[in-house]
Amino acid sequence: MPTLNDILILLPEFYLVAAACVLLLLDAFMKPAQRPLLHWLSIAVLLVAIYLVMAVPPSQALTAFGGMFVRDGVAEILKVFALGTTAMVFVYARPYLIDRKLVGGEFYTLMIFAVLGIMLLVSAGNLVTVYLGLELLSLSSYALVALNRDARLPPEAAIKYFVLGALASGMLLYGMSMVYGASGMGGTPTLDLAQLHNVMSYTTAPTLLLFGLVFMIVGIGFKLGAAPFHMWIPDVYQGAPTPVTTFIASGSKLAAFGMAYRLLDAGMGDLAQHWQLMLAVLAVASLAIGNLVAIVQTNLKRMLAYSTISHMGYLLLGLSAAGPEGYAAAMFYAICYALMGVAAFGVMMAMTRAGFECEEIADLKGLNQKSPWMAFLMLLAMFSLAGVPPLFGFWAKVLVLEAAIHANMLWLAIVGIVFAIIGLYYYLYVVKVMYFDKPVEGGAAQVQADRPLRLVLSLNALSLLALGLYWGPLLAWCRRAFGL
Amino acid sequence: MFNHLLSLLIWLPVVGAIPVLLAGSARPNLARWLSLLVAVLTFVVSLFLLVQYDPSGPVIQLVESHLWIASWGVHYGLAVDGISVALIVMTTFVGVLVIAGAWEVIQDKPHQYMAAMLILEGLLIGVFCATDALLFYALFEAILIPMFILIGVWGGPRRVYATLKFFIYTFFGSVFMLIALLYLYQKAHTFDLATLAALPLSFTEQAWIFFAFLIAFAIKVPMVPVHTWLPDAHVEAPTGGSVVLAAVMLKVGTYGMLRFILPIVPDAGAHFAWLVIVLSLVAIVYIGYVALVQEDMKKLVAYSSVAHMGFVTLGIFIAFMLVRDQGRTDMAMLGMQGAMVQMISHGFVSGAMFTCIGVMYDRMHTRLIKDYGGVINAMPWFGFFYVLFAMANCGLPGTSGFVGEFMVILASFTANPWVSLFAAFTLIIGAGYTLWLVKRVLWGAITNPHVAEMKEINARETLVLAGFAAAVLALGIWPQPLVHLMDSSVSQLVQQLAIHKI
Repeated sequence: MPTLNDILILLPEFYLVAAACVLLLLDAFMKPAQRPLLHWLSIAVLLVAIYLVMAVPPSQALTAFGGMFVRDGVAEILKVFALGTTAMVFVYARPYLIDRKLVGGEFYTLMIFAVLGIMLLVSAGNLVTVYLGLELLSLSSYALVALNRDARLPPEAAIKYFVLGALASGMLLYGMSMVYGASGMGGTPTLDLAQLHNVMSYTTAPTLLLFGLVFMIVGIGFKLGAAPFHMWIPDVYQGAPTPVTTFIASGSKLAAFGMAYRLLDAGMGDLAQHWQLMLAVLAVASLAIGNLVAIVQTNLKRMLAYSTISHMGYLLLGLSAAGPEGYAAAMFYAICYALMGVAAFGVMMAMTRAGFECEEIADLKGLNQKSPWMAFLMLLAMFSLAGVPPLFGFWAKVLVLEAAIHANMLWLAIVGIVFAIIGLYYYLYVVKVMYFDKPVEGGAAQVQADRPLRLVLSLNALSLLALGLYWGPLLAWCRRAFGL
Repeated sequence: MFNHLLSLLIWLPVVGAIPVLLAGSARPNLARWLSLLVAVLTFVVSLFLLVQYDPSGPVIQLVESHLWIASWGVHYGLAVDGISVALIVMTTFVGVLVIAGAWEVIQDKPHQYMAAMLILEGLLIGVFCATDALLFYALFEAILIPMFILIGVWGGPRRVYATLKFFIYTFFGSVFMLIALLYLYQKAHTFDLATLAALPLSFTEQAWIFFAFLIAFAIKVPMVPVHTWLPDAHVEAPTGGSVVLAAVMLKVGTYGMLRFILPIVPDAGAHFAWLVIVLSLVAIVYIGYVALVQEDMKKLVAYSSVAHMGFVTLGIFIAFMLVRDQGRTDMAMLGMQGAMVQMISHGFVSGAMFTCIGVMYDRMHTRLIKDYGGVINAMPWFGFFYVLFAMANCGLPGTSGFVGEFMVILASFTANPWVSLFAAFTLIIGAGYTLWLVKRVLWGAITNPHVAEMKEINARETLVLAGFAAAVLALGIWPQPLVHLMDSSVSQLVQQLAIHKI
């Protein structure tokens, strides 16, 4: 029987459900002239949710509904950044959606439901909650990818995403069932992650457990977009409307980190020595495939898609260190990547206008001539993605490399750094196009962004510089969440 | 103010770049004057540094340390010794000359050019006074960004190739240093350079770390065989970019060797000193010959830079031989001092040479030697400066080029006469390529009608060249103050490299 306390712990989530439903109703009954209001309301909803998440900082981990739901420092940080980046996506998306006549309640409601999925996922204390959160996030994402349903690419991308996503969910579920079965062989079967952790030590079916683990890692790898489960990423990134791509590249990655942390550390912590190596293999594959394939891309969205794959490789570097230090580094990386991704896609959205989609790298030609400020913001995002100091991305890389060395995986750190050099090229190429090339006639690289977009995007990109100069507090926050 | 003198020096040009950028392309003259003001102010502040630093006091002075990243114990730590002071003052001096030199030359987005120069200057000053390895590394890498833009936007026809090569090449080297630093952090739990210097390390560890450091700094210096980015970068860079690259940025490599290799891995350094010495000699002799056959003036000076930097690395690593094998601390001091003087001297001489080439390029838009000839007839005053710098480049006594090379050759003679024999080759080859360059460019009758139309240098150009000339002559005639300034720092370095850390 849920108590009032349970409900209070889940207050931000309940609030978000209610708010999303209200928004949906408002959208249905509002006069068309009042529709723009919806945009600001949705942003307000997210900001209030951030406040609710942060209002009562958990001094220790709180659980609700018999351990189904955990509210701890990790969940708090991930939720704040997921909500924050989504609010940024809303700001950036407005001109884009208006130009494409996509603006409407369904975008905002689906996005909020997706964020709700993230919040459940990162707070999961039970295999069922993991699955519930994951599906809420995924189903909303599939629909969002197909938002522009009359265009050619989005439905294709959505179908690909859906089919592969369903397959991955199936794998995950299959793995969970094996783990559940294995847990039953040593005592009462359980789905609770915290109890699973203890079951490991006396279970009589290690093989079954390991099989289950492998299937669960497939599910995690898919959500992260780590090679070899990355096939959906380029097509979805390219096909989805840019705001949705931005969401998948930011909030979704935070969720994937949260899911990996919950399943692997809370649930499968005893098997760390097994999954450490699996994650290391995924990391190397992602670094190699992401960085090498990104070099030959001409479409900026696809290039950033492969760059995401490589960044997930770095995130896995931290995760595979399998300790609080490594988790803190990986979470720091996930936050960093979310901010960089939002900034990079934000610049792209700032430059799209009716009838013109900025998505080829060549579209940025001579941006520095036409809009030096936008070019500068993109430069910050690119150098940060490339991991050049003093920008934020560099420190995130340093942290995960340090975590890998700390976990006696010097070889993995060296592989990581070698691919950082290779990856440098395609980021530099974008800077080259913006700064060294002459602008082409015929519309490319013109900025038609509204004022809020410019302001928030500027703050977003400058935060990459500011956090690069002073990243101590954020790191301390991440480390505190893992009890360091 | 004096408590934060170093911070002021770093941040003044970096923050000063913001109003320059805001001046925008609509008001190019405002941007120019603003950047000159910032550069001059920075230079003036750096003169305070010269006054504040007491060469007879403790080696490390003007210490600033603030906790930067608490959970990692990383400090925003700055301090200077004599070597840093000399390099910083050289940087700020060259900074003023570069801004003045670019005045009318850069017509395309001058505000961005000037701002990039100022940011570059601030970051370079930071590199020369960071006492925390992570801070050093961040600044060391950050200098690549403005330089990348400088070469790529205002460079020559093959600028994109050159700047990408420059960036990726140097980045490639330094990442291994990062791994080494993280490894050291695991052992020492700090990035403080002084603590790392006292950290005992086994020989195997030292050897790996040595090579990680060496590859980072050797690419920056650059040493043979990883020098191939330099001719490309120099040829394509705008004049100011070339000047900063040659005058200051190459010194970052040798400075890094002093701060990292010597104190942290002295045993590996001593063990592999022969390798660096051989590579330095190859740079001096072989690259000298390569310079001889160049047809492009900038390429010639770029190769001569590689040869001259060979003297710096030779002077640093010959000290290992002298101290460890022969116990000749006095000679090691001499070699090291020679290397330091050579660093400063090469900064001025190469900067001046590139400025001269820039002056000619602005008039003729060609860098090929064969297009010139008889320039002295059209530009006598320019010819005067050019010959002076050429003499300094081949190490004529009385110019700064002589002092450092002579000290290094003297020290290496004690270590091994064969080494000094090869090093002394530079006096012949260096004179060969430089004088032949002068002969083909300046002397003779005018064969190309465009040369006859070249205008004499204007007041601004004269001032810039006179600034370089004053520095070259001052160091050549009276190097004592510079040697005195760096004396205690050099003797500390020589002590550090004698310590066995295994």
